[in-house]
Amino acid sequence: MQLARVIGNVVATIKDPGLAARTLLVLQPLSPAREAVGQPIVAVDAVGAGVGEEVFLVRGREASLPFLPDQVPTDASVIGICDQWTTDSVPAGPAPRSRRRRTTND
Amino acid sequence: MRLARVIGSVVATRKHQKLDGAKLLLAQPIDRDGQPQGGAQLAVDAVGAGVGELVLLVLEGRAAGAALGRRAAPVDAAIVGIVDPTGLG
Repeated sequence: MQLARVIGNVVATIKDPGLAARTLLVLQPLSPAREAVGQPIVAVDAVGAGVGEEVFLVRGREASLPFLPDQVPTDASVIGICDQWTTDSVPAGPAPRSRRRRTTND
Repeated sequence: MRLARVIGSVVATRKHQKLDGAKLLLAQPIDRDGQPQGGAQLAVDAVGAGVGELVLLVLEGRAAGAALGRRAAPVDAAIVGIVDPTGLG
């Protein structure tokens, strides 16, 4: 699994029926030091995460397992919301709770 | 399996029900010289590992689910062993 920050969501009217009514989130994968790693990806939400939250995701075949018995064609899913994480190489402490919600004036 | 160093832990109250009670650790894969190789992985802990320990990390879903002891668990990484202090030949 991998740490990530939710940076947006995706609205797609035309999609596979297995994705109907599923929330699609744009995630920026993070290192344990909260640095962006790699390119943003789109994942299906399994826990009710929102923009600005720090989450973790599962990738690959197992990304469809949270939704069983429904068959959801996804290769990435958000399966948890991080309260905090600590490492031996970056300062410990609660995750920053910056909720950068977009407004229509942005 | 990969050799990895446990570098941290994650607290997550809200997670998928198949992960309830699972311990989540950050594991950094290392090369034969002990240097970090690739990105850190978030893994479920099946053996009671702690921060700083050298561990065996599986990076495959079915194996990780088996380590967790739950069928169809949405996990793709698990810690399945703790390398003895003198365990690397």
